[in-house]
Amino acid sequence: MYKQIVLLLLVLVACDAVAQDTLKAVKIETRRKSIKKSYTVTANTTVMTSQELLKAACCNLAESFETNPSIDVNFADALTGTKQIKMLGLTSPYLLIAEENIPSVRGASQAYGLSFTPGTWVENIQITKGAGSVVNGFESISGQINAELIKPANDIPFFLNIYGDSGARFEANAHANVKVSDKWATSLFLHNNLRLSKNDMNHDGFLDNPLAKQTNVMNRWQYTDAEKGWVSFINFRYMDDQKQTGQIDFDKKRDRGTTNFWGSEINTERLDLSAKIGYVFPDMPYQSIGFQNAYNSHNQDSYFGLNQYDIRQQSYYSNLIFNSIINNTMHKFATGLNFTYDRYNEFVAVPNTFGNFDRIDNSVGAFFEYTYDNTNNFSLIAGGRVDNHNRLGVFVTPRLHLRYNPWEKAVIRASAGRGKRSANIFAENQQLFASSRAFDILNANGKIYGLDAEIAWNYGLSFSQGFKIFGRAADAGFDVYRTDFQNQAVVDLYASPQKVLFYNLDGKSFANSLQVEFNYEPVNHLNLRTAYKYYDIQTDYLSGSAERPLQAKHRFFANLEFKTHILDKGQQWKFDVTYNWLGEQKLPSTMTNPESERFAVYSPSFSLFNAQITRTFSSTFEMYIGGENIGDYTQDRAILGSSNPFGANFDTSIVYAPVFGQMYYAGLRFKIK
Amino acid sequence: MKNIIIILVVLIGFSAQSQEKKDKNAKHTVAVNGNCEQCKKRIEKAAYSVSGVKSAVWDIESHKLKLIVNEEKTSVTEVKKAVAKVGHDTDEVKATEEDYTNLHSCCKYERN
Repeated sequence: MYKQIVLLLLVLVACDAVAQDTLKAVKIETRRKSIKKSYTVTANTTVMTSQELLKAACCNLAESFETNPSIDVNFADALTGTKQIKMLGLTSPYLLIAEENIPSVRGASQAYGLSFTPGTWVENIQITKGAGSVVNGFESISGQINAELIKPANDIPFFLNIYGDSGARFEANAHANVKVSDKWATSLFLHNNLRLSKNDMNHDGFLDNPLAKQTNVMNRWQYTDAEKGWVSFINFRYMDDQKQTGQIDFDKKRDRGTTNFWGSEINTERLDLSAKIGYVFPDMPYQSIGFQNAYNSHNQDSYFGLNQYDIRQQSYYSNLIFNSIINNTMHKFATGLNFTYDRYNEFVAVPNTFGNFDRIDNSVGAFFEYTYDNTNNFSLIAGGRVDNHNRLGVFVTPRLHLRYNPWEKAVIRASAGRGKRSANIFAENQQLFASSRAFDILNANGKIYGLDAEIAWNYGLSFSQGFKIFGRAADAGFDVYRTDFQNQAVVDLYASPQKVLFYNLDGKSFANSLQVEFNYEPVNHLNLRTAYKYYDIQTDYLSGSAERPLQAKHRFFANLEFKTHILDKGQQWKFDVTYNWLGEQKLPSTMTNPESERFAVYSPSFSLFNAQITRTFSSTFEMYIGGENIGDYTQDRAILGSSNPFGANFDTSIVYAPVFGQMYYAGLRFKIK
Repeated sequence: MKNIIIILVVLIGFSAQSQEKKDKNAKHTVAVNGNCEQCKKRIEKAAYSVSGVKSAVWDIESHKLKLIVNEEKTSVTEVKKAVAKVGHDTDEVKATEEDYTNLHSCCKYERN
């Protein structure tokens, strides 16, 4: 009997062992999407991961948005080639652009600030449409962009990226990282870009792209003590950027300040120091305190022909945030104090405006934000802040976000909020210095360059639904936003082609935008993204209500990406094609110019193509080649009055299409892990 | 007489020690059976309905419910009872047949 039991047990064990042998391990691989849209995040936020950032030529933050339908990338002016971005039809001054939640592109750096952060430093970018969170400030009106940089604790030991393009632009990025101890890690990022040769493809006598040189260095330190709950980041950053543009024969040593040839130089030097400390209470992971401090010094010396513009800004920003819950994690709140200080030294020398516009801005504020999440299908974020600003007065900023999931894979979001800001009219409209326009500020009784603060309300509604077509994942949705300006610093280019008028809004100014999106993955690894955008943006100018200039009413965007399977050693091919169609744009009035120096009232509509192929040879080495504006579409005439740049009809700011034709580029990325 | 006093002192000493301070942020991990995203919502909602539960996160793969409970207000057992009431078995408290049958079909996990 005993022997029988033992035999039975042995047989059972043997069977079990055999059964285990035949069970094959099943590995589930989830592919991370490069643009992450969530059904559960309350605000209308999409996250662009580093994978998405690699899809375009993408040398700096300004060029990172080419494949994103929510942001329109435009062409700023015929000279500096700096790409401007717009969200909901409004330009970047109406966005809060932050780096690791510290406002970065603002004030003096508004025009070129996005080109001062190299693309390889960025880990991901969070893009929020509509009123943002009160925790970050009161200035955002149409959206928030937050770029997170690569953290030293997660970084790889070495990274190298080399890039070159047919416009004679060369870039090199090198990152090094050391884990100094189990708590401290440090990274050093170096960036250098150069354009040393002169291009004039449209033969108007002017450089199509500026001669440029930029050096950018960042050193980051991260302290992490997970047991005790402390995290800290300390950053040191220095940047030097030099651009020279204008006529090809311009010699900066010989012709500056003369009327021999027209030229421009924009030289910027910038220093940033910041420190963040975070403490998470060890027993209470939902409770934490964060303290951010940032100092920066920005110095730009520039001239545009005989116009001169120098601006120096020193800023200090401090934010103390306490996060916790009320009863349980369904009810969270964040509260804190915020202090900002800005000192501007500005010198402007243009027709009709000459002199120093020095000022100091400071503000103290307190904020409170409550988040409710029923962990099922509804959440809301209600926030408010009170600020005391020496120029904007004492004011309240309310913000509200709602999210509701009515049924499976569907989400409805709504948002409303107010924003208030000082319009830095010169820094934000620098492209107008490269023209013969005279600058006039009308009724200058206010506190900010004689004007009043800009105040706007933003409302939005969005809906998104995921579904299947032929068994494959797809999603579609729309969003509508309206921005209503209670007051605006109106920049009037319609009064006369020889003038720019700045005045407080008298009447209505609004921006309505509609975006309809459809995304589909018809075949494994093949992703299609499409979006149609409609904008209706009007302002009451002195001459009557009119569309804002250089804004297309209709835009269409499509992006198709295809990736092959990642093989054993990490080999992969990636293909990417982006198509953009822009409808006609209203142009600033040039009717009073002599006939040869006139633009039509509306620009033509046109299409642009970009494409890129990436070959990953292994997990440590990849190469890429691509083309921008492959259809070679350029604006017929980029510069008005190019034959007489010191005359009355010179204007380089009316740019509605690419100035530089087709551009091809190639690069490589090398990592040591 | 001296012995009685010594015994009394020792007893009081022991009882004083056993009166521990209640943890306002007690962390507990409870095994809770369930299947899908819907179950997660139901389990967490049931946990939050108990006053004193500060945080409740249920992981679909590991079947573990991570709790932070204010033990001055409630106890882990109360939470287990609340979760069992909506139909999900926990390690200590099991759901009744009726509550289990009321679950949505995708949630009907295997019961031993």
